[in-house]
Amino acid sequence: MRREAIFNTALWLGLLAYPVWAWLGDEPYQITLATRVAILALAGVGLNIALGLGGLVSLGHAMFFGIGGYAAGILASHAQSYTPLYDGAFTIEGTQNMLVIWLVAVVAAGLVALVTGALSLRTSGVYFIMITLAFGQMFYYFTISWPAYGGEDGLSIYVRNWFPGLNTLDPLTFFLICFSILSLALLLSWRIAGSAFGLALNAARQNEDRVRAVGIEPYRLRLVAFVISGAITGLAGALYADLNRFVSPTMFSWQLSGEIMVFVILGGVARLFGPVAGAALFILLEEVLGGVSDYWHIWLGVLLLIVVLFARGGLIGLIAGQGTGQATGQRKRAGGADD
Amino acid sequence: MEFKHLMLAACTAALCGGAALAENVKVGMITTLSGGGAGLGIDTRDGFMLAVKQAGRDDLEVVIEDDQRKPDMAVQLADKMIQQEKVDVLTGIVWSNLAMAVVPAAVAQGKFYLSTNAAPSALAGRGCNPLYFSVSYQNDNLHEAAGAYMRDAGYKAPFILAPNYPAGKDSLTGFKRFFEGTPKDEIYTKLGQTDYSAELAQIRASGADSVFFFLPGGMGISFLKQYQASGLDLPLVGPAFSFDQGILQAVGDAALGVKNTSQWSKDIDNAANKAFVDGFQAEYGRLPSLYAAQGYDTANLLISAMDKADVSDKAAFQAALEAADFPSVRGKFSFGANHHPVQDIYVREVVQEGDVLTNKIVGFAIKDRADAYVGECKM
Amino acid sequence: MSAALFIEQVFNGLQFGVMLFLMSAGLTLIFGVMGLINLAHGALYMVGAFAAAAVSAATGSFLLALMGALAASAVAGVLVEVIVIRRLYARDHLDQVLATFALILIFSEGTRWVFGSFPLYLDVPAALAGPVMLPFGIAYPAYRLAIIGIGLVVAAALFFLIAGTRVGMRIRAGESDREMIGALGVNISALYTGVFALGAALAGFAGALVGAIQSVQVGMGEPVLILAFVTIVIGGIGSIRGAFVGALLVGLTDTLGRVLLPILFSAVMEPSAAATVGGALASMAIYILMALVLLFKPTGLYGGAA
Repeated sequence: MRREAIFNTALWLGLLAYPVWAWLGDEPYQITLATRVAILALAGVGLNIALGLGGLVSLGHAMFFGIGGYAAGILASHAQSYTPLYDGAFTIEGTQNMLVIWLVAVVAAGLVALVTGALSLRTSGVYFIMITLAFGQMFYYFTISWPAYGGEDGLSIYVRNWFPGLNTLDPLTFFLICFSILSLALLLSWRIAGSAFGLALNAARQNEDRVRAVGIEPYRLRLVAFVISGAITGLAGALYADLNRFVSPTMFSWQLSGEIMVFVILGGVARLFGPVAGAALFILLEEVLGGVSDYWHIWLGVLLLIVVLFARGGLIGLIAGQGTGQATGQRKRAGGADD
Repeated sequence: MEFKHLMLAACTAALCGGAALAENVKVGMITTLSGGGAGLGIDTRDGFMLAVKQAGRDDLEVVIEDDQRKPDMAVQLADKMIQQEKVDVLTGIVWSNLAMAVVPAAVAQGKFYLSTNAAPSALAGRGCNPLYFSVSYQNDNLHEAAGAYMRDAGYKAPFILAPNYPAGKDSLTGFKRFFEGTPKDEIYTKLGQTDYSAELAQIRASGADSVFFFLPGGMGISFLKQYQASGLDLPLVGPAFSFDQGILQAVGDAALGVKNTSQWSKDIDNAANKAFVDGFQAEYGRLPSLYAAQGYDTANLLISAMDKADVSDKAAFQAALEAADFPSVRGKFSFGANHHPVQDIYVREVVQEGDVLTNKIVGFAIKDRADAYVGECKM
Repeated sequence: MSAALFIEQVFNGLQFGVMLFLMSAGLTLIFGVMGLINLAHGALYMVGAFAAAAVSAATGSFLLALMGALAASAVAGVLVEVIVIRRLYARDHLDQVLATFALILIFSEGTRWVFGSFPLYLDVPAALAGPVMLPFGIAYPAYRLAIIGIGLVVAAALFFLIAGTRVGMRIRAGESDREMIGALGVNISALYTGVFALGAALAGFAGALVGAIQSVQVGMGEPVLILAFVTIVIGGIGSIRGAFVGALLVGLTDTLGRVLLPILFSAVMEPSAAATVGGALASMAIYILMALVLLFKPTGLYGGAA
């Protein structure tokens, strides 16, 4: 536990120090990379609430990432073309204000999570994995074939959205915005894990009947967790749109859902900083291996296999050892019933 | 890199301002080298690098990266090329959706972008830019040519189909622009669809006299094989993408005799094309594709501009590119006002040569075609 | 739309359904017996198609190509089972999802490394090329009829294997209580390797059969994987009968959706827009079907308790 705390602190400081170092050395691309890590880690922190605490293996989290991204893209494109989003009984204008965009992204992703979660959580086990995948695919095909916002071509945000009082075009400033949000999300995630809600959720993951016996309905707990999880991932999507100044249907693809899950696992499931470690490692591998071979996905696959088979706590598990008590120790057998 | 940077700064500040000293040009190529669409990117890269090698230039440096056909990866690589590698020119993207993600931001940051393939309408009309050049075509061109060919060949009621995504819609719009008549029916298929039995039944029942289809990559392979097996014998016409050298062998006999439209073919008779086709086969041991030809032309265009101007002098370099003073494998080649090609588009037929399938020119579809968007472009 | 065309489209839907059953049989078998969720199923499908294309190019015989596909995918299956999968039976689904996701990466790029980046050629055998005439004046590709026949045979054989043979008995016993069957002296480890190899061989076999009328290229397995999952989830994971019914339902929904939705919308909007909107909805139809089925039957049509 102590070792994990030290590692987390070092990771947090490292992620903060790296872009500052890059800024001093005039290497803006390294700042962009660090920003990418922060945003993808944020998406992972979102998933980790459902996956680590709630035991909800969602293969559809790209759906929330995409909704957040399109919230940013659609609002910004309307603001740039000075056309209102809705012009009927009242008028809704687009905006490039990040604060408004974030709010819309969080609310939209949360609402979608509420609806899809309410439906998906009626199932469990593999069926849950698959129905979340199906919802993600629905959004994917919808955005590809719906012409209003660019279809498969996606939507460009030509100038990064603005934040009151800051110059978001400056890479370091934008990194610090993303990093602050990531830190807040980590704090929130930590508070949730320690709260009565988090404990009940964790208990429901381990033994549903016992939780029900004390009068708590696991379905509601999970639904709340799923909504929070989706909202955080949606916020990450909005930031990602601003990082790339572009959104496209690939933000909804099931491969991206898989990758977000990979971040969480590489770092360590249900570890507070698991997604941060995982996203950092993933981006590092992509940069290093991508330069070595055209076929680098093979090596990524092999490494992932090794982690799953032999290093079950992920990176943090390797460094800090097992036994945070949250999930890694006593994961249940898949053999009999799934629940 | 720091050193070179300093040296350039010193150079411009002090004496050597006006003299066209051989200044190094750094090119960033972002293309698809892994996953399902890798064949197209590999051909683009190989064609481009062949021209660089043949020119024997040591003042041209090329950095190549794999976009995995993901728009966000392409954006990230463009950032890397611009921020870290400090390239002067970007090129190489195969897919329109990736180009839309990269090009507007790249030219906004003052980089030249030379397109080796993708040329969406948004970048040809109101979104045109002085630093953006398409060396391939405008996306609608080959579809327009197919429409023109089918009109001239006397087809009255074609059945037309394309995937349900922006390029698919542009395709059918482009086709109708030149076909002028009313198609018998038009349908949009699912992107990535692999089974076409329902569509083939619709075609058979429709009473159409011909079929125009735009189904790039694996979709086209599946469609052609299933078309042949269905016993339908209406004449098929399509743009070159489903009949490209890279996939013809996989389609097999089903493609034989099919007419397709292209601005390039390996049997165009000129010295540049001969040097390209022979050189490509000698270097890589396979026949070149359309994408390789476009990559090759792009590199030669760039080299021709390097001979005339310094890349740091944007206006002069732009003018040098606009002159298009290079031997194109297509023969006649010039740029329109929106920096898209004005060129002839051919009708080709798939034929068998020995045991390989390839294309042979059978005539012109449209001559000196620019594009439909040039009027909207205000540079 | 004429009645004959409608009948033909229904038939097309059923035919696509049988094709889907072939694609998903191995997946549901492996899940049913070992409780393993195998995302690499699509990769094995691809291995089969590439092996068939290679053998067909070398020998010119489609029959040998099918054998090659069966052999290659079965061998790949055994290797994967022994090296990776057998460590995952006792793990939760999350680990299985990840490990098999990693296998997709390895197989896809490995295949590209071996065979190059261009699609391969694989054609139907000459005897089955071209159409035959069916009632109602429908000309139907002979090869597709053959696929229907093979699909039905595979379905029957799997039913018989599970319900009527000694091996099937063990499989069913292992499904319900793996410790007990191990204690009774059945070599459960070999049994599982065998079942996994069979599932892999079925995937590869489907890849070769379907590859002949589609495109043999890297990444061809991923859409198949998703379709196969939709199919077996609707049917109830682990149930062969469920996979069969699910496949027919998905095949009909997808085909008729593609055909009917644009026509439906053209009643209220102009043709080009109707084609767009209808097409958009049609591409989502099977996922909507899956969501609806799971709403009313959370474990699929023929699934037991999840």
